[in-house]
Amino acid sequence: MTMPPHESAVLTREPPRAPPIARPSPRHFTIGAAIVAALLLPLLTTSFVTFQLTLVMIYGLAILGLNLLTGFNGQFSLGHSAFYGIGAYTAAILMDQADLAYYWTLPCAGLLCFVVGFLFGLPALRLQGLYLALATFALATAMPQILKFHPLEPLTGGVQGIAILKPDPPPGVPLSADQWLYYFTLAVLLVMLAGAANLVKSRTGRAIMAIRDHPLAAAAMGINTALYKTLTFGVSALYTGVAGALGAIAVQFVAPDSFTFLLSVSLLVGLVIGGVASIPGSLVGGLFVLFVPNIAESISRGLAGAVYGVILLLVIYVMPAGAAGLARLITARLASIRSIRSEGRST
Amino acid sequence: MELLLQQLMAGLATGAIYAAMALAVVMIYQAIDHLNFAQGEMAMFSTFLAWQMIQWGQPYWVAFIGAVVLSFLGGIAIERVLFKPIRNAPILSQLVAFIALYGILNSSAGEIWDFTIKTFPTPFGSAPLFGQNLISTHQAGMIGVTLAMLVLLYFFFRGSRLGLAMRAAAANPDSARLVGIRVGWMLALGWGMSAAVGAVAGMLIAPVVFLEPNMMLGVLLYGFAGAVLGGLSSPGGAVAGGFAVGVIENLAGTFIPYVGRELKLTIALVLIVAVLMVRPSGVFGRAVVSRV
Repeated sequence: MTMPPHESAVLTREPPRAPPIARPSPRHFTIGAAIVAALLLPLLTTSFVTFQLTLVMIYGLAILGLNLLTGFNGQFSLGHSAFYGIGAYTAAILMDQADLAYYWTLPCAGLLCFVVGFLFGLPALRLQGLYLALATFALATAMPQILKFHPLEPLTGGVQGIAILKPDPPPGVPLSADQWLYYFTLAVLLVMLAGAANLVKSRTGRAIMAIRDHPLAAAAMGINTALYKTLTFGVSALYTGVAGALGAIAVQFVAPDSFTFLLSVSLLVGLVIGGVASIPGSLVGGLFVLFVPNIAESISRGLAGAVYGVILLLVIYVMPAGAAGLARLITARLASIRSIRSEGRST
Repeated sequence: MELLLQQLMAGLATGAIYAAMALAVVMIYQAIDHLNFAQGEMAMFSTFLAWQMIQWGQPYWVAFIGAVVLSFLGGIAIERVLFKPIRNAPILSQLVAFIALYGILNSSAGEIWDFTIKTFPTPFGSAPLFGQNLISTHQAGMIGVTLAMLVLLYFFFRGSRLGLAMRAAAANPDSARLVGIRVGWMLALGWGMSAAVGAVAGMLIAPVVFLEPNMMLGVLLYGFAGAVLGGLSSPGGAVAGGFAVGVIENLAGTFIPYVGRELKLTIALVLIVAVLMVRPSGVFGRAVVSRV
């Protein structure tokens, strides 16, 4: 068998390296299949399910933001409801008062949240663990009160909140508003997922994770921990803020009490259930956050909280490291079975 | 001046609620090294148990002691049944287990005793103390009981073999096990004691905020804030922190013009964070030294 010339050339030039264009791995096939499935889903389901799936993606994006900070950088946050809220209000105010098109509100919300997150990251540098949790909790508690604050009412609508209109699909596109919003969200999600995956894989990402694993050792290796920690705070807030803006567009309404501490807790639950420091896990977390409370309510109305709690406990018992941990365990088992089989064949 | 005094006393009275809860928070923190988000709901459940016993015709003190004993046993049972299996799970997973426990207790209390608010008796009476309108006898009693619990716990942890063993188990589980301390049971004991302290706190708080399944949400959060402000490694600091949160909240609401009333909680929290900037391990806490 003869080798194609270009491949042999690559091999002779740098033998230990992989060829510059990576061959599609099983991972790429999984990602491709997931994207195809995501593209087909709204064509096969009702508009309500499409709407719910849109929300799943939005929560998944918010959880991804939290994951960048907590999972990859080791900074604990109970304040991400505030960033989600800032994103949502930015979108709503820009659409309601400035008549900005919905797609322009996303970069605005992201940018604003990045700045706020970066600034909040500065004092957070001094705090660790539970003390940081308290500081971020303060942010989460303050947000609804600031949004209700009387002098800001012309802007925020006070307790009433702001209602906005659902965007129509562009003329000539044969989709319903729900379907269009689904595809729009999917596109944003894919871009941001790719961004997060690249960030984590890069030199910066390794610095971010080194700080999580041992801040002192990371600093000793020459990583500017203060800069990376505040930047991660900013990027994390950006992700959650964009999710908030999408959320406001999807539910067409913002009100101060949607962005309380409880939203932060939901995001945290989603983060853990999906898997800490796992990018696809964030989407599993989004599924859990959206659907499981409804399932609990359908099992027992009065004891919905208890049923939810029991489900949570069971999930933690079965997969203490979240869905991503379970997936890692299964692939490791499969790989070991495969290697045992191939060894059996070779001997 | 009189206004200042009045607000100061009102702040101390609110602060006593937070301080009682902060003490329970620090108690569990000493044993398991993180915060128990279900602490407030455990206290609420204990208070409902006491209320039920009073409804069945028991005198107050019988119900009080009964609730404390039941909470102690319940706390141990929760550790043994729910948390022992996941002791090696990541901290964030354990945190989610606390949230689950929160949901279970809150929702079952609502189902058993429903969500209507109930009055809870106080053994101290509610007349104004010394005939002045500054603070009631119940509030004074609450401050007294909190301080008494603090002193008792101090002597328990400093003076008794069991207290020393518990501290050792929390500080360095491996070494503690090597010298023959049953670390697992020390953890369970820590849970039991914090549930008991929480029960006392709940029964002191209930006459003020009224008894209902959601009564503890706010209290717990400000109890946390107080505990963290004072320093999680110091029970005395936590109690002081609890009082401080109450006082700051009240003074900010009264004396900061324009934004004070609407944003008083926010201002209190911002002040706490500002204090933590200067003392990152709490005002009375010790900094943790880490090995590279």
